[in-house]
Amino acid sequence: METEKLNLWYGDHQALKNITMTIPARQVTALIGPSGCGKSTFLRTLNRMNDLIPGVCIEGKILYQGKEVYAPTVDVTVLRRQIGMVFQKANPFPMSIYDNVAYGPRLHGVHTRTELDEIVETSLRSAAIWDEVKDRLKTGALRLSVGQQQRLCIARALAVEPEVLLMDESTSALDPISTAKIEELIGQLKYRYTVVMVTHNMQQAARVSDQTAFFLMGELVEWGKTDQIFHAPRHRKTADYVSGRFG
Amino acid sequence: MSQKRRWRDRALRLAMYCCAGLTVLLLLLLIGYILYRGLHYLTWELLTTQTSYLKGTIGILPNLLNTLYIIFTAMAAALPLGVGAAVYLTEYAGSRRIVRLIEFAAETLTGLPSILFGLVGMLVFTQLFGWKQGVLAGGLTLTVMILPTVIRTTQESLKSVPQSYREGALALGSGKWHMIRTVVLPGAMDGIVTGCILAVGRIVGESAALLFTAGFGLQFNDFLTALQSSSATLTVALYVYASERGETGVAFAIAVILLALTFLLNLAANFAGRKLKRKG
Repeated sequence: METEKLNLWYGDHQALKNITMTIPARQVTALIGPSGCGKSTFLRTLNRMNDLIPGVCIEGKILYQGKEVYAPTVDVTVLRRQIGMVFQKANPFPMSIYDNVAYGPRLHGVHTRTELDEIVETSLRSAAIWDEVKDRLKTGALRLSVGQQQRLCIARALAVEPEVLLMDESTSALDPISTAKIEELIGQLKYRYTVVMVTHNMQQAARVSDQTAFFLMGELVEWGKTDQIFHAPRHRKTADYVSGRFG
Repeated sequence: MSQKRRWRDRALRLAMYCCAGLTVLLLLLLIGYILYRGLHYLTWELLTTQTSYLKGTIGILPNLLNTLYIIFTAMAAALPLGVGAAVYLTEYAGSRRIVRLIEFAAETLTGLPSILFGLVGMLVFTQLFGWKQGVLAGGLTLTVMILPTVIRTTQESLKSVPQSYREGALALGSGKWHMIRTVVLPGAMDGIVTGCILAVGRIVGESAALLFTAGFGLQFNDFLTALQSSSATLTVALYVYASERGETGVAFAIAVILLALTFLLNLAANFAGRKLKRKG
């Protein structure tokens, strides 16, 4: 995916300024920056979740597979199927574990039992939660621990076979063990998916990502290989931020 | 603390205990009196026959049925309309102004004296449309009357469905209506059902709006006939037997039934509110 001179306003407030960057396929891209810097907003423009917020105005280009994401001919439901999302707070539906994962496939027309069973199992396996829930697929998803719920949400997102997975601070509400599990999971997912993650946690970005983009006050200060951003940043502000001088 | 202040404190607390006690006492007295006057008139024969002028017997089966007919008719129209309107208001409506206007209108409608609904119902359904007095005119009049209740309770429960559920569904590529049908409405089911039960409670208890629209008929009819023939519900029958026929005993027997129905409906509303909350 790539963006070109992307500007976004919430009413009068400009939240994104001239963002031009490329998100390489089959890699993990981390978006870092202090609160309110626009990284989550940027993430949510990629699958057009910002469409839901009234008063949002967008200018510039986002290209996905060479096609304009905001073109009027784009079917948002198709786009969101290709670009999945996992939210900051785990948000499983109040249904069984099985029905949560099967929600997407059913939505997109898969109805036979055997097919659904297979999708549910592979998705839960990919999200590294199968062993914990395989004996209780029919129990309510809200009974799982928060960490498990978040992995269930990842499984639910994977079940529609997206190509890109957007993760909006998806581990910030989790304990260290659950966080470690999800980080490990991301490490595996990148071989099949393009992952874009927003994180507050710089160590996490350093550990997990291949590319890092640093946002500040709505501007993209710098982006490049994670190694380079953390060890040889080109900009003073990036250096200050990644070394923890402000945040 | 001064002596005086402590005394005042005690006196006030006593006064409030009295207020609370008096309220409960009033309720118990009322229920007790109704049961005392009505229970021994409440016979199997009363419940299962219709009034016969030839035999000089009284039966309220037709009125029981008419009450059910009216509940069915009113809810059949109010449920889809009310839930639909609530979904529109909370999920689709763009302009806050229009939403507020409709909410204000609904609130005002709730406060109107029910006889007004009866009057307008009569003018519109029986005179303008030319329908006969009956379950159809009465039921639809009550539909208008309870619509605000259904809308408001549904709206409140729709609002209580977490935004994150909506986002989750949309992010999977769900369309708006699919999201509402599969995630939002099931999540709001407890509130919708509770609202409906409360609405049914109002229907059961309503009389004024039905006098002009459903009529006073005491004879037995099947549902289709009752739609367009004068049909007294339990409350209207209570009025007829008490004030026109001087049968206070029968009136009290009906009161016992209404009391039991109200009690059951409240119980059901409570139960639905707790149990239907989908635990996922």
